[in-house]
Amino acid sequence: MSDTKTVASQKEGPAATAEFPPPVKWLDDRLGIGKLGKKNLRKVFPDHWSFMLGEIALYSFIILILTGIFLTLWFRPSMAEVEYQGSYSLLKGLHMSEAYASTLDISFDVRGGLLMRQIHHWAAVLFIAAMMVHLLRIFFTGAFRKPRELNWVIGFGMLFLGIIEGFLGYGLPDDLLSGTGLRITQGMIQASPIVGSYMTFFIFGGEFPGDDFVSRFFTVHVLLIPGLILALVTAHLFLVVYHKHTQFAGPGRTEKNVVGYPLMPVYMAKAGGFFFVVFGITALMGALLQINPVWLYGPYNPAEVTAGSQPDWYMGWLEGSVRLMPGFESHFWGVTLSWNLLIPALIIPPAFVTLVALYPFIEGWITGDKREHHLLDRPRNVPTRTGIGAAFITFYGLLWIAGGNDLVATHFGVSLNNVTWVLRFGVFIGPVLAFWLTRRIAISLQRADQERLLHGLESGIIVRSPEGKYSERHTPIGEHEAYTLTTHDRLVPYEVGPETDTNGVRAPLRALNKVRAKLSAFYYADAVQKPTAAEIEDAHSHGHEDDVHELTETEAFREVTPDKH
Amino acid sequence: MSEKRTSLSPARFLSARRRHRSAGLVVLLFGLLAVGSAYAAFAPGPAVADNSAQSQQIEEGKKLFAVGCSSCHGLNAEGSGNGEGKMAGPSLIGVGAAAVDFQVGTGRMPAMQTGAQVPRKTPAYTPEEIEALAAYVASLAPGPAVPATDSYDISKATDEQVTRGGELFRTNCTACHNFAGKGGALPNGKYAPSLMNVDPKHIYEAMLTGPQQMPVFSDQVMLPEDKRDIIAYLHALQEQKDPGGFGLGRLGPVSEGLWGWLVGIGLLVAVAVWIGAKGVKAKGHGATHKAEGAKAE
Repeated sequence: MSDTKTVASQKEGPAATAEFPPPVKWLDDRLGIGKLGKKNLRKVFPDHWSFMLGEIALYSFIILILTGIFLTLWFRPSMAEVEYQGSYSLLKGLHMSEAYASTLDISFDVRGGLLMRQIHHWAAVLFIAAMMVHLLRIFFTGAFRKPRELNWVIGFGMLFLGIIEGFLGYGLPDDLLSGTGLRITQGMIQASPIVGSYMTFFIFGGEFPGDDFVSRFFTVHVLLIPGLILALVTAHLFLVVYHKHTQFAGPGRTEKNVVGYPLMPVYMAKAGGFFFVVFGITALMGALLQINPVWLYGPYNPAEVTAGSQPDWYMGWLEGSVRLMPGFESHFWGVTLSWNLLIPALIIPPAFVTLVALYPFIEGWITGDKREHHLLDRPRNVPTRTGIGAAFITFYGLLWIAGGNDLVATHFGVSLNNVTWVLRFGVFIGPVLAFWLTRRIAISLQRADQERLLHGLESGIIVRSPEGKYSERHTPIGEHEAYTLTTHDRLVPYEVGPETDTNGVRAPLRALNKVRAKLSAFYYADAVQKPTAAEIEDAHSHGHEDDVHELTETEAFREVTPDKH
Repeated sequence: MSEKRTSLSPARFLSARRRHRSAGLVVLLFGLLAVGSAYAAFAPGPAVADNSAQSQQIEEGKKLFAVGCSSCHGLNAEGSGNGEGKMAGPSLIGVGAAAVDFQVGTGRMPAMQTGAQVPRKTPAYTPEEIEALAAYVASLAPGPAVPATDSYDISKATDEQVTRGGELFRTNCTACHNFAGKGGALPNGKYAPSLMNVDPKHIYEAMLTGPQQMPVFSDQVMLPEDKRDIIAYLHALQEQKDPGGFGLGRLGPVSEGLWGWLVGIGLLVAVAVWIGAKGVKAKGHGATHKAEGAKAE
């Protein structure tokens, strides 16, 4: 491209220190980071809207820290019993924990407290949602491939910690809803064979709910997990800079460069502006949309429960998994195995998240691809992966819906039992359907691309030859588009190789390799391979001689006399 | 002899003739006379003879019942089947006036169709007609009466009573009706309805009679003042403006998650698309793309 210059050509300017004005020079003389900063400020990032999804998560995290600090100034992490004497009259005089009373005080008696609480909670909702959307972008574009597998794992770690962090925060106010949520969690922990009882006594410091959990959860919520997430954010961003950002294919973009704008000033402006937009939208939501009205739930009392007891959205799929499971348990040797909790809470979710966390390694092993990738895949060009992603989304989404099965029933006027039964089958059938459908759509899109590449665009111009034959003129697509469409690799399934080598020695791990070859064929077998240069040449030369494609009779009829049908 | 005869005491006279041929017949006649007189003395007079206002109301109620209710509940409110072995309407003998006042007063009865649950709708009868129906059903057998106005009068409820009502509400009601009285799902298409904008009298009657899926909270189990406090709390909830902004239906975290995704993430992604689509307007020549040198440098 004519407007593309390499940074390398601009790199050698005058000596770095000479450029700085005196105060900056004073600092640079002492810190010596001017050169480093100069280099990194010119760091180039590619431009695409989907590359900004992770930023939403980062900014939400910053908002969470800021509003969280505000909340710690008034929140009292204690389960000591107090009589509420604040200004919310409907609970006045009730006995409750200090944690709940101070949450009410933040909501009603601290200036700006309710706004801060609501911004904090909305930011938590958005933080985890943004991480998940970001994860999906990484997944569908194949940005997790070598060398970025570990960054995927780090990102996954942040998502996992974020969910735990959110859940602890949900438990802190000690209202009826959070207490009910903790009770369910306690039940899940108890369901783990043998160690369950010991674990709940360890976590809650005795019988549930006890007097300890708020102060314990508080320390973990404000100190331990945010610290861990902050460390992982640093590592995540460091690796992004180190690996350089991935980019979509296009003219001038290769596996060896990054085409885009420099950090300073373009991305400083874009990202900085985006931070304020995220903060603004979160603050607006905090100001206009009521979230977690703890005063309506009342103080936690193990004897009480309320309809609509649900966790925050990111735990919803776990709730749904438990709601869908038919109840059965078995007893032997004095041990009770509660399968209705073990399977939906302690087997399926960990298995699911482990699969997600390890996906880059699983795909890498199946495809046998050891190369570095800096150009992103278009989802259609890897139909099987895209299908797997759709299946995972469907599975997750159906469990998520099941977590709100009661509200689905009341709001759509259907039977709760029917919702549950449809979803019980849906979680098995849905992902398979989604996989198959998405893969077929991706393959069809690939074929459409192939068609554009080889035959060009249908121009809509109908030509009649002297003999009376009707045909439609096709116009070839531009070189830029053709380049973009053909940048991706041809996907070749992994070959299992001969059973024995030339010396007659049997290849090791043959059974495993056979499985691998089968999986690899499953991954790539139906994908449309991009045409070779010769094929394109052939198609085009064919086009020059007779650059119109003949219409079938019906097509001609339909096209030429449109008002006939 | 004759003197002897006349001096005979009545007991002796009867005793002497107890084996007389017609003695049995005489005793029978006496018995019939006694029973007949007793019946005439104690039996209620014919209904037409009573012209009190109450009996008129019952009579009116009976007529309304025959037209609007009897097809399911039977001509004498004894309940009936639908011809397929299933119950079309239960017996109403002994349900009391409170049940009628609740069911008809909230429009649930007459039902439009059978189903998992009969929904609330605009009442089909006027208050006078409902009173007549209630009087008729109450006349069939004793049952809970329509509560007196002062038993659900919440205008004088103190803050303490409202708070107490909140505790009672959370202990007894929220499990089905939701923490804000918004209602919730029950098995097989049944549901606990919303308690918002319900007449205090009807809430009281619902607790008293346990309509449809609801358990009965009789005045012995839940004292009238408990009921009044719960109603006062519900009224306070209904009047309370959401201090945090739009309440999202007061349904809990599910609607919050929905709004977080649709509005929050939706808006943010839209902004990301907008920022992503914005090129760089450098002075002089349009966009200045730069390519970073080879990774291997």
